This record gives sequence, structure tokens and C-alpha cells, in this order.
Amino acid sequence: MNLFLDAFAWLADPANWVGSGSIPQRLAEHLRYTGLAVLVASLIAVPLGWWIGHTGRGRELVVGLTGAARALPSFGLLFLFVMVAGVLQREPASVVVLMLLAVPPILAGAYAGFEVIDRRIIDAARAMGMTEWQILWKVEVPLGLPLLFGGLRSGVLQVVATAVLISYIGLGGLGYDIVQGIELRRFDQMLGSAILIIALALLLDAAFALLERWAVPRGVRAGRLPEPRTAPTGRRATAESPATTEREEKN
Amino acid sequence: MFTARNKGRLAVTAAVVGASLALAGCASGDPLAPEPDTDAPAETIVIGSQAYYSNEIIAELYAQALEAEGFEVERNFQIGQRDAYIPALEAGEVDLFPEYTGNLLQFWSPDTTATQADEVYAELLTVVPEGLQVLDQSPATDQDSYNVTAEFAEANGLESIADLAGVEGLILGGAPELEERPYGPTGLLEVYGVTVAFEATGDTTVDALLVGLANVANVYSADPRIGQNGLVTLADPEGLFLASNVVPIAAADLPQGAVDIINAVSAALTPEGLVALNVQSTVDQLSSAEIATQWLTENGFLG
Amino acid sequence: MTWVLNNLGLILELTLEHIRLSILPIVLGFLIAIPLGWVAYRYRLTRGLILTLVGLLYTIPSLALFVILPPLLGIGFLSEANVIIALTIYAVAIMARSVADALASVDPDVRQAATAVGYSSWGRFWGVDFPLAGPVLLAGLRVVAVSTVSLLTVGIVVGVQSLGYLFTNGYERGILASVLTGVVMTVLVALLFDRVLVLLGRLLMPWTRTRTAPLAKGAAA
Repeated sequence: MNLFLDAFAWLADPANWVGSGSIPQRLAEHLRYTGLAVLVASLIAVPLGWWIGHTGRGRELVVGLTGAARALPSFGLLFLFVMVAGVLQREPASVVVLMLLAVPPILAGAYAGFEVIDRRIIDAARAMGMTEWQILWKVEVPLGLPLLFGGLRSGVLQVVATAVLISYIGLGGLGYDIVQGIELRRFDQMLGSAILIIALALLLDAAFALLERWAVPRGVRAGRLPEPRTAPTGRRATAESPATTEREEKN
Repeated sequence: MFTARNKGRLAVTAAVVGASLALAGCASGDPLAPEPDTDAPAETIVIGSQAYYSNEIIAELYAQALEAEGFEVERNFQIGQRDAYIPALEAGEVDLFPEYTGNLLQFWSPDTTATQADEVYAELLTVVPEGLQVLDQSPATDQDSYNVTAEFAEANGLESIADLAGVEGLILGGAPELEERPYGPTGLLEVYGVTVAFEATGDTTVDALLVGLANVANVYSADPRIGQNGLVTLADPEGLFLASNVVPIAAADLPQGAVDIINAVSAALTPEGLVALNVQSTVDQLSSAEIATQWLTENGFLG
Repeated sequence: MTWVLNNLGLILELTLEHIRLSILPIVLGFLIAIPLGWVAYRYRLTRGLILTLVGLLYTIPSLALFVILPPLLGIGFLSEANVIIALTIYAVAIMARSVADALASVDPDVRQAATAVGYSSWGRFWGVDFPLAGPVLLAGLRVVAVSTVSLLTVGIVVGVQSLGYLFTNGYERGILASVLTGVVMTVLVALLFDRVLVLLGRLLMPWTRTRTAPLAKGAAA
């Protein structure tokens, strides 16, 4: 427990909060890489996931590819990209590696969100004369938002935790103090930084929960089954990871 | 409707889980046991190495030289940082380890003022913990050094670290921990009056220097890339860096026969020889074992 | 390519070591997650708390965990236990939610029928709920396996040998083939585990055999 006291003492030390390499600077760097990676991942995964969910096409292929993407070791990929692209490209290399991590859960959230929608609702919309475009934007997207947010939140959490590794290729972020602390044997600094990262992850998760409340139409929330994922679609259950697509305990 | 079938299914599940557990258990032994090596036969010499390719090569030299004389050797290479393996040495889990005099002295005696090779070695002998011994130091060195590109040296008339004092816009590149080391930015300012910004460049320090992310780089003196890229190593007249010769550290009860062999290896390893070994690893991409066999054969330790 | 051919022995040795070290965290994580997930499923009030707490574990950076555990638990730095415990923690973090979800996925009607034909709650859990939750459990376990295999590579930072050696050593020596081989072998080992789990699933849950196994199938395509 002493170790934790030391870590909090390190966190409370004003000297660590000012100047170059200060905690705020590391936090800002960490947020920047996380934000960029999640943004790029969303730009790719959300439209793709919606397209798959809407058309039902290419699902098997994408599920397979994202499964394989989960197996990619971020640690080795970082080194690989820097060696191939050169040290000047280490920032884009980091963003790409982190992005690869965030794509699978966001993609899964996007298409799973469409898949759990009762087919009768879609049929009803079509019967009312909605165009495919209207069905997409007015029915599927709003109804799919809860699971999409689940995917986003899980992607953010993974990126925040993994962004530590970019310090290994000489970039900043909160991992810097961990990598430096390992060599200098400063446990207070290592644990303190780890606590910061966990706190950051929690804050971001809470922020996304709020965003979800604001973005998801009230009708969708109210109309949701208590356990939407348990709709007996065994096919879906084997395909995706419940761990990475659904987080709804806060509702 | 599933009941009849499921009892059997459950039994299979249990059997498989049990079997896989047992397998996993067999494979890795008791995961909570502190170290698997302690019950190795007494005559087996456990050799460790840092997570540094050059250090691994030296460890491999020791291993093959000892094996050639009939000793049983166990390799426990790539143990990572000094803080991880020194306790292992002290606990007797590792018997022999290639080290570097200056860095090791600084580990045990952070406030040391010794800088020259012989001073450092003499002081090192006095701070060795009980149960360990320091063998003869080798002429080969591998120490921190500050390097600049030939163009940068020429443009600013640089030969020694002291010459940096008048240069504006210096960026020092190195591993993240250099920022906090006594010979890092603080030492540069105190000893030489040189002000630098710091850039963490890690394993790509030389590349970073070449592309201009940094203009002064901390590179180990035995790194072949110094010669390959025509870098200029700045002289260190004030002794900012401790001399760091290759030195084996061993358990106090290492057999005398083994001590003699290792001392002979150390004596035969020259500074240029160490760089050549590193070239074989990074340029020729040979494995440590191949490099060691070749060197030991050429130097008459094998065959 | 020359490098690969010259180092086949090393690659094989590290791959086997990687497989060996991955097994225990996966199995332990699964076993520990079952009671946790069951509590979270059974007592709705605890669900949010338990799943948030274990979810939190997953956000601890692996690098930090590998370094903090030894002094915290009083185990040796060189000890494999360090990395095994850390990876088990991550496995539990993923799996506990899967277990809770899997149990919730069992049709309540089946559960009521089982009670009606006289199952005790203990017997019903193992005889009805657990097998029927199988497909979702399997899905979770596959994520655990793949993530464990991938995370193990970071253990090289604290000196635990795995395919991660090819990353750090190759990066340090500037050997691209080494890092690339490490990445490819890590993915292959992950897919191997995935494949084995799918086959195990088919063996233990023959009623799911007609269904496809999208992750492995798609990856092979």
C-alpha cells in the first residue's frame, strides 16, 4: 500500500505539473493520439458497419478480418511501421496502429446495432413508403445508436490503454513516464502514470455515456428491451464478442 | 429436452477442461514458484544477459567458452534491466553476467566521482555485495557517448563536448531515461555549461540524428552505426561519462576453472573486436551463437 | 528471408514458448470469470458494479501492470508468474462480461422448464444454463485467447521470453525481417488458438455444428 501512497505523492507533487514533460502536457499528448486514432477509425468503421448492417452483404468477410485484426500485436506493428516508414513518420505510424485497434469494436457496434433491429420495423418503414435512404437515416441509424456507442466506448478504452506503447518509439503521452520509470526504477512514477491513464479512461467512458444519452433519441431508449443483445439470434451471438460491443450497465 | 444428453456432455467438458489445466500445469510448473532455476544441479552455470543484443553476444561468448571446457551451462538471456537481474544474481538464480564497469558502479554507488577506467574498476571492487565477485575487466568498452554528424561538427567546429557551449538550438536525443541521468541535460549544463533541449528517441536515436530530429545523440560507443554513418564522437575531457569496460560479474563460488576461462575471454576482447561483433549482429544479421562460435574459434578458444 | 531461414530454430522455440505461456492465462481467466459472471448475471444489483470494476482492469496498461505486479505481490521480476497473473487479469476482465451475457442469453422458458422437471439450481446451472450459454461463452473465450496471445508480446519488456523478443531485438538491431516475422507468427498463434477453440466448441456443442464459425472462416478466406 506504501506504493500507492508514493504514487499519489508523485501525482500531487507540483513539480510534476509544470514545464516540459509535465503531467498536463503528457495528458494532452495522450488525448491527441487517442482522439485522432478513434476519429480515423470511426470514419472508416461507422460507414462500413452501417453499409454491412443495412445490406447484409460482406458480413462474414468483415467479421473475419476484424477477428484477425484483433490478433495483430500493436507492440510489434509500431516497430514495424517505424522501421518501414522512417522515424519522421512515427506519429502517423502510431495513429495507424491505434486506429487498427479501434476499428473492430466500432465496426461490430455499427453493424450489430442494425442487426438487432426487429425486421418488422424495417418492413413497416418500407410499407409506409420510405426510401432506402430514409430507412437508413430515420430508422436504422437512430435504433442502432446504443450498440454503436457501446462499440465506440470499447474502442476508446482499448486505445487509451494501448497508447502507452507509443512511448517506446519515442513519442510522448502518459506512457512516457512509465517507460522512463521502468529504466529508472521509479515505481511511484510508473504507478502514478498508470492511475492517470485509468482515470482518463474512466472520464472518457463517462463522457461517451453522457454523449450517448444526448444523442440517442428518447424513444429508442424507452423502447429498448432490457437485454437487447439476448434476442435469440444465435448466429450473432457466436459471431461477435459481447465484451467489445455492448456496454449498457449504466442505463 | 436437453437433459439426457447433457450429463454426458458435461462430463466431456469437465474432462477437457481438466486435461487442459493439467497440461498447462505440466508445461509451466507452479506459476507461483519464485524461480525455476534454483534447483538446477550445482555444477550448472546459469548465464544471464541484458535485453541488449551486444550484451547477449558477450554472454554467448562466455557460454560457449565454458561449454568447450566441459562446463554445464544454462542460458537465461534477455533479462532486461539491471534492476531486474542484479537481485537475481544476488539471490543466486544467475551465476554469471556480462556487465559494464561504469554503469554498474553507478547502480551500486550513485554518487561516485570516479570516471577513468582504472578508478572505476578499483571502486567497483569495493562495492560488490557479498556473494558476488567482479572478474577482470576487459579492454573492450561500451559506454554512453555524445555524437554529432560530421557536417554538424564541421559547421560548428566541434571536437569535444565543451565545444557545444556556444552552439544555439541544441537538441539532445536519447532514451527517455537519459533526461534524468546524471550525465543527461543536467550534467551537460553543470559540467560543460551546455544547454540542450531533450528529445526522447529511444532505439532510433541514430536515425533521429541523421534526419535532424536531434543534433546531439547519446549512442553506445561500441555501436557500429557511429562508424557506418561517419558520426563524430565528442571527447569528454571533464569525465561526464564514467568509463565503462566490459566486466563479468559472477557468483562468489563460481569454480576457479570457469573464472580462468572467462578472464581469458575478457582479455582477448578488444574495443574494436566488440564493434566487429556488433557489426556481425546488426549488418550481417547473424545470431549471437554463430557470432560467438566464429570469434571463439578465431581466438583459439574452440577446436 | 535469409534471416528467417537462418533463424528457424529461434522462431520455433519462441513460438512454442509463446503458446505455452498463453494457455494458462486463458484457462485461469475462464475459470475465474465463471463465478464472477454468474454473480453479475444472477444478482442484477451487482451487475453494474462487477462489470464496471472488471472492465476497469482492462484499462490498466499492460506495460504498467507487468512492472507494478512484482513489488505489489512480492514475486520475482524474472518470474513467469508476473506475466501470467497480469494476462489472467485481462482475461477475467473480458470474460466476466461474456459469462454474464452468455447466461442472460439462455431462453427463460427453457430455464423454467428445467426447474419444472425437477432440476436443483446447482444442477440446472451446469446441466442447462451452462451448456446453452456455450456459444456466447465460446465467443468471449475466443476474444480472450486472441487478446492474450497479442498482449503476451509486451512481456518481453520485463524479460519474459515470447515472440515479443523478435520485436525488441529486431528493432534494436534494425532487422525488419525479425519484427515482421514476430508479427506474422503472433497472428498465426492467435488464429491457431481461435481454431482450436472453435473445434473444441463443435466437439462439446454438437447442436451448434450446423452454424458457421465466422471469425476463423472469414480469416482463412
